[in-house]
Formats: sequence, structure tokens, C-alpha cells
Amino acid sequence: MTDMNKQTINFTLNGKPVSAEIEIHWTLVDLLQRGFDLYGARQSCGQGLCGCCTVVFNDKPVSGCLTLAALVDGGTISTIENGEEELDPVQEAFIEAGAFQCGFCTPGFVLMTRELIAQNPDPSEEDIRVFLTGNLCRCGTYPQIIEAVKTAAARMRTTAHVPV
Amino acid sequence: MNDQAIQSQAVGASHPRREARQKVTGRVEYIHNLRLPNMLYGKICRSTVAHAKIVSIDTSEAEAYPGVELVLTGEDIRKVMPDPYFGVMFHDQPVLALDKVRYVGEPVAIVLSKDSNIADDACAMIDVQYEELEPVFDELEALGASTFVHEELKPGIPEISFLKGVRDTNVGFPYQLRHGNDVDAAFEAAEHVFEHEFRTHPSAHVPLEPPVTVAEPTGEGLTIHTANQSPSFVSYEISRLLGWPQSKVRTRVPFLGGGFGAKLWIRLEALVAAAALLAKRPVKVSLSMEEQFYTITKHGATLKIKSGVDKDGKIIARKCNVFWNGGAYADIGPAVAFHAGMTAAGPYDIADVAIDSLSVYTNRPVAGAMRGFGHPQLIWAYENHTDMMAHELGIDPLEFRRRNILREGAEHATGTKLNTSAVEQVLERVAAGVDWGKPFDKGEGTIKRGRGFAIGIKASIAPSTSEAIVRISSDGSATLYCSSVDMGQGSDTAHAQIVAEVLDIPVERVHVVHPDTDVTPYDTGTLGSRSLYHMGNAARLAALDAKDKLDQLAKEVGAAEPGSNVPIWEIFARKNGMPVGNVVGTASFTPPGHVPPDPMTGQSPDITPYWMFGGTAAEVEIDTETGRVTIVKLVNVADAGKLINPKIVEHQISGASIMQLGQTMQEKVHFDFGQVTNASFADYKIPSMLDIPEIVNDLLDSEEAEGPFGAKGAGETGSFCVSSAVANAVFDAVGVRVHEMPITGETVYRALREAANDPLGED
Ligand code: FES
Ligand code: FES
Repeated sequence: MTDMNKQTINFTLNGKPVSAEIEIHWTLVDLLQRGFDLYGARQSCGQGLCGCCTVVFNDKPVSGCLTLAALVDGGTISTIENGEEELDPVQEAFIEAGAFQCGFCTPGFVLMTRELIAQNPDPSEEDIRVFLTGNLCRCGTYPQIIEAVKTAAARMRTTAHVPV
Repeated sequence: MNDQAIQSQAVGASHPRREARQKVTGRVEYIHNLRLPNMLYGKICRSTVAHAKIVSIDTSEAEAYPGVELVLTGEDIRKVMPDPYFGVMFHDQPVLALDKVRYVGEPVAIVLSKDSNIADDACAMIDVQYEELEPVFDELEALGASTFVHEELKPGIPEISFLKGVRDTNVGFPYQLRHGNDVDAAFEAAEHVFEHEFRTHPSAHVPLEPPVTVAEPTGEGLTIHTANQSPSFVSYEISRLLGWPQSKVRTRVPFLGGGFGAKLWIRLEALVAAAALLAKRPVKVSLSMEEQFYTITKHGATLKIKSGVDKDGKIIARKCNVFWNGGAYADIGPAVAFHAGMTAAGPYDIADVAIDSLSVYTNRPVAGAMRGFGHPQLIWAYENHTDMMAHELGIDPLEFRRRNILREGAEHATGTKLNTSAVEQVLERVAAGVDWGKPFDKGEGTIKRGRGFAIGIKASIAPSTSEAIVRISSDGSATLYCSSVDMGQGSDTAHAQIVAEVLDIPVERVHVVHPDTDVTPYDTGTLGSRSLYHMGNAARLAALDAKDKLDQLAKEVGAAEPGSNVPIWEIFARKNGMPVGNVVGTASFTPPGHVPPDPMTGQSPDITPYWMFGGTAAEVEIDTETGRVTIVKLVNVADAGKLINPKIVEHQISGASIMQLGQTMQEKVHFDFGQVTNASFADYKIPSMLDIPEIVNDLLDSEEAEGPFGAKGAGETGSFCVSSAVANAVFDAVGVRVHEMPITGETVYRALREAANDPLGED
């Protein structure tokens, strides 16, 4: 008899095909933490209000705390840990600007910044604020994040770097 | 190879945080990430009433639920902790409620399961019967109430043993200060007397990583892996509760996902330790965001302040009565009453001062330390008061402060002389930050503009101790062992810079061992902006000690002749036959000279190792049709001593001001009969990127004589003055004074209507 609470899913995780046995109530954060020891997407508010759990699902950033793991079946997931050997211009700019303190919010901000620059290679300060308003930073590093986003966007425009 | 020859600019340069790479790749270690084999997850069943006797707890249904391993109540805890009450000042907080509950959300039972969802479900099956008691929520009402949160006071440290056994009171700790002559007589003699009352609300720390603890029985002891700002205290207190040697309780702390005071002393550690010992397995408890609101808050307070001013606009007398709503358990609240009470009269030179600062028990969640240790609340009161007096007297607020400010060499109300002129510089620069005295566009039509500023003072914590070990390896690299917790403030980086500077090696060659009480020595705690000064000094002294020992070793092996250039590895090789070995330096730093204040008068010739000064100026824009306040600009001025890492200091000041801006403008924990009604980011809004104005941070070029390389703490300084600066700017814009935070559009609109003699009704 199969356990009605369990399900096997197949998906692409950070470029590699994987499969996992999940419980049907698991969220994407549960899946990444329990199934793959990936902790870069982390649960904080648990309500889709802070962005700490951001994960890229089929090329779009989503709140991992609100996305059911079962929905990932057949899809593509990319996390902050993807390609970690080499920092991209966004990560580099975050380090240079000092755009984090405790770092708990940082993966979410980095992933959303990549998305912003992909959509809008030359974002104004207002664009940045509006696009990133769903990500919270309790340490209050917003001014440094804005600076980092501007720097990263400028560098990516000149080098036409394509974000991963 | 000779490390001594490498020129390092360690101190004074803005090195990136050492863990930066791990943070941007999501690989940094938090307890949040920790899973151990065979681990159980604990979920807490919480009180639903504010004040009640526990009649019965029925856990049978929860115990029978498939997947539940163990359900524990307060009585079970006694099996491993005979007297299961903890606390840093009072031993008043039960690990799980015993006999009585004292606030909504108090832990009553814990369910353990391999699956956290099962534990959560089973929590709801626990049936607790209560016999309700009269609750008390307001700090002023609690003073005269006939209901008492605690039957008797249970002080836990010798300094307050005089309170032992005191009954029939909700006052946990009464701090008092008397300076000069009788204030009431001075008020009689004063030309003008002003009296104002202010309130602040409880707010929440809500670090994005909520408190989380894992306890692991090891056979011969216990390891506590925890997101905590005071690892040494955790081992101390848990061993006391267990009746074990401190050496058997190992506490280790990696990085924290934010702290701000929420993770000080004991949060979950006692409960998780007891649960792990009873279950004989590792146990993890991670609070949810909602649970944070029931666990720890920032003090709400009522602040009354009265000043007598002479005909020249000089403040001659001041009386402050401060009532801190401490919630159901003392935690560090009494120290907030004491410590913030000390400077309740502000950075002003006032001959006669009387301060009474009371920590008050109520049936609300525990209030603890939060960034600024009570000072943002106090400064909110005294800097509103300062502007209000200036306005009434018709004196410019800057000029009024100049007339009254505490100058170098003058005696602060605590009896300690001010040993720096930084406070005057802060005042001048903060006013200059908004071009005070120069023309200003006050807006037109329904949009009005204003500017204001405020200054504040804080003493450092005293007495307190930091110990450090520095080990030099045979290749000249160094390892620093210390129990300071890096929760985002950058202490690892700053302490490594200090060690590198002393040893004259590149910063990258210093490794910092994270707090682990098996190997890192004692530290009071990462709090109150004390680490850089205290641990910075300990690290510096330990590095000097290690260097001395290396020099000594060089002498022993004949490698110390002048001009000799024997590399470090060869020194070790000559001694040990191979290029291996260590020298180890140690240091313990407790700032010398501290004199505890007189308990009756609060007077001391040396109350603090250093003073902290800060100021903020704000520019605001107000829509008079809605009351909406937009912050246009904040200018933070801080005296941070010499800057070990200028960028990190600046970001600390900026971040602290943003946190305080949230509390000024929008954050307030709401209660309905003791129940928090907005325990979620949906209803409790912390600042987002859209709420942030232009922020300018201006750091004084100063030097703290006894600080490591002239440095001192500053992590809280940016929080001091934001609220009062904004309130003063609001007054400047529209001529109304807000007496209670947060300064929402509604508060301002109500005040505007009131001023127009057309007050708004309650709905
Ligand atoms: S944890 Fe998912 S958005 Fe906050
Ligand atoms: S860096 Fe701490 S929450 Fe953003």
C-alpha cells in the first residue's frame, strides 16, 4: 500500500536532475532543507512577506514558504547555492557595498536583484525600491543594498553579463 | 618567510566582513540550519489566558497521537532541574509554567516528535484548565493594583538580595538617583517649571532568524547549540539549573540571523536542555515569527519629566519618573530601569536631579533589552521635553541646548565627570546636518515641511568582563578564541583586525573561533555596544601576551639578537626539533576603576568606562489633510571613537537608525486583554525599502583613551535620537506635539484636529 501522504517528484535542481520522496504538505523550503541540505532559502515570516525563502522556480523567483513541494514536480529549481564556486556581479557588489549584516535576508535579495536586472538592466533608484520592497532586512542595510544593485547593474550593462 | 616584515593596515581600514562570501552564497552557518541524527522537534503549547492558576493539564490525547515521542509539562522539568526557575537577575521565570500562568503565550507544555508538523498538531490537543485571576497590563495601573503578578520577589544575584521575599508589589526593581540638593526646593526657586508626560509602546525585535536552540546530550554532559548573544551565561545558568559543573555544559554559537537583544540570556535554552535530557535525544526548538512576539518585546514605558529653568534659560533642576512595563518576568528589565535610569536627565548640566526608574511586572510578554537598552525611550522623552521648553521660553532649540549641555570636566548627574567634549561636537554637527539656523522651505498649501534634531547620551555597562586567547602557530598565523557573538555587527572582523594589528600580520591570517564554551573563555555577553571596547581590549592584550611569549621563545633559542631576522617557523624548529608548536597568550579585561553607584543616590565617581553620544536630525514632510508624515532625510551623528573598520561602523549607525525609524513611525505591538493581536509581518510592519529616507551618517573623529586603538562601542548609538528628532521636526512643520509613539498619520491628524479645536471622535 502506498502512503497517501508521500509522493515522489522529479525536477531539476541547480542544473542537475534529481528526485525526492516528499510528504504532500511539504513546502519548497522543507524540500530543499530536508531533502537536499540546502539552507540558503530559509523560513522567517512563513507568510510570503519577507523574501528570506526566495527560490527561482521555472525562471521566476517565488516564496519557498508558500510554494508546495509537490508543485515542483517536472519543474526547474535554482537556489542561491547554484554556481557558488564563482561569485556573480550581484554577489560581488553586495560584498563591496557591505549590503548585509547578519546575512539572513541576503540570498533573497541577491536572487531578486538578479531578476530585477534581467528585467530592467538600468533600474532607477525608484525602480529598485519598488521591485525589492517585498524583501525585508531587519538589520536595515537597505541603503547599502540600493548601492549594490546600482553597481551590479552598471557592471552588467558594460560586460553584458548574463545572470545565472 | 617573515610575517613580521609584512606591512598590514589592519586597524582603520574597511575590510569586508570575513564571512562575506558564505553570506552571499547562502552557506553561512546558523543554528537555523542545524539538524542532528535522531533529533526531535519540539513545539510549545502556550497559555491562552493572561493570569490564571493552572487547575489541570491533560496531555493524554497529545501523547496518544501517532508520531509523538514525549509531552512534557512544568512538573516533568523538575526531574532534571529541581528548582526550574531561571533569569539573569531574578530567578522568577519557570522553564514551563508551574501552578500559574502570567501572560498569554507563556509556555505550558512541550511536545516532541521527529516531525515538527506532528508536534504542532499535537500541541492543539493538550487540554489546560485555568482558574482565571485578575490580570494587570498597564505599568501605571500595576503600581496600585491589588493583583500581583508574582507572590514574592525572587532576586537571583547578590546585588539585589535586599529584595528577597518582598511581597505584595508589582515593582520588580526601584532605581533611584539623587544629585545635588532637593529638587522640589529648586522648583520653588525656579523662574519657570515645565512638566510633561510621554509614553512609548512595546515593540518587537523580530530578527529574521527567530530564536532557535538545539540541545544534545553527550553522555557525559550536554551541548547546547544556540542562537544566543551570551554563550557564557547560557553555560552558567543551565549548569546552575541542573546542578552540574559548568564545564559539563558546552554552549556553542555560530552566526546569528540578527539579535538586537532578542537572543540574550536564556530564551529557549533551559527548556530545550531539559527536554533533551528527558528525551535522551537531541531536541530542536525553532520559534515561528508569530511566537517571537510572545517571547520578548522592547519595553513600553511611561516617562514623566519635570524641569525648573532660571531666568537665563539654564535648567537648574530636573525630576524624572520612569515606569517600565517589564511584562511577566524580570529578564534584564531591572537592569534597563537601572541603566537607562542613570541617564534619564540627559546630556545636560543640571545641579539638582532626582530620578526614579521602576521596572514593573505586568501580565504581558517579557520585555528585555533592545538596541539602546531603554535609551531610545528615555531620549524620546527628554528631547521632546527640551524642545518644548525652548519653544515656550522663546529660545532657539540649538541655543537652549548650548546653554545647558554637559561640557568636558562637568559632573554628570551620576556624579561621574565627563572626560570628553564629544557631546558638544555631536550637538553642533547634528544641527549643521539640517542647516539649522539657515533658511528652510516650510512648504505650502497642505504640504508642510519641518526639521528637528535631538542628542542623547548612554553609559556603557559596568562592571563587565571579556576574556580572550590568542594562539600563534609556527607559520606565524594566529587564532583568536573569544565568546563574542557575531550577529551581523561585524565583531569577528573587527576583533581579527585588532589581533592582526598587534601581531603585524595580514588580517586574513587571523582565524576567529566562534563561541564554544569548551574552548572560548568567558564573556559577559554581546550587548550594549560593549564588545569592541571590552573584547577588543581583551583580544589586544591576549595578542600582546602571545607576542611577548614568542619574543621570549626567540630569546631562549638564540634568535633575538638585534637585527636577527629568524623566521617564526625556525624559532619553533629550534625549540621543538620541527617547525611545529604554538605560543598562547591570554587576557582578561574588566575596565579598572569602576565604583558601583550608591544605592540610595546613584552617585559614583566612576560609573562607566566610556560614554556613548549620538544625535539625529530629521527633515519631514506632512500632508495636513491626512496627517501622513514622510521622512525626507535623517542625519545621524555619532561619537564612535577611532574607527577600527569605518564602513562597518557607518553601517551599524545607519542600520540602528533604520530600526528605530520603524519603531518611531509604524511598529507597535497591539494587545487585546493581554493577547498580542498583530503577531505577524502582515499586521506588524517593519521598515521596507520604500520607507527609507536619504540617510547621512557623520562619524566624529575622536579617540577613546582606554579603548583598543582608541575605539569604543557604537552599535546602538544610531538608535538613540531618531524618535525625538522626528517628533521635533513634526512640531516644526505643523506646530503639534506628539506624546506617544508611533508617530502615525492618524496620531498626527488627531493632534492637528485637536489643535484646531475640532477633535476627532474615537472611531
Ligand atoms: S519566509 Fe517566505 S516570505 Fe518570509
Ligand atoms: S542583513 Fe540581517 S536581515 Fe538583512
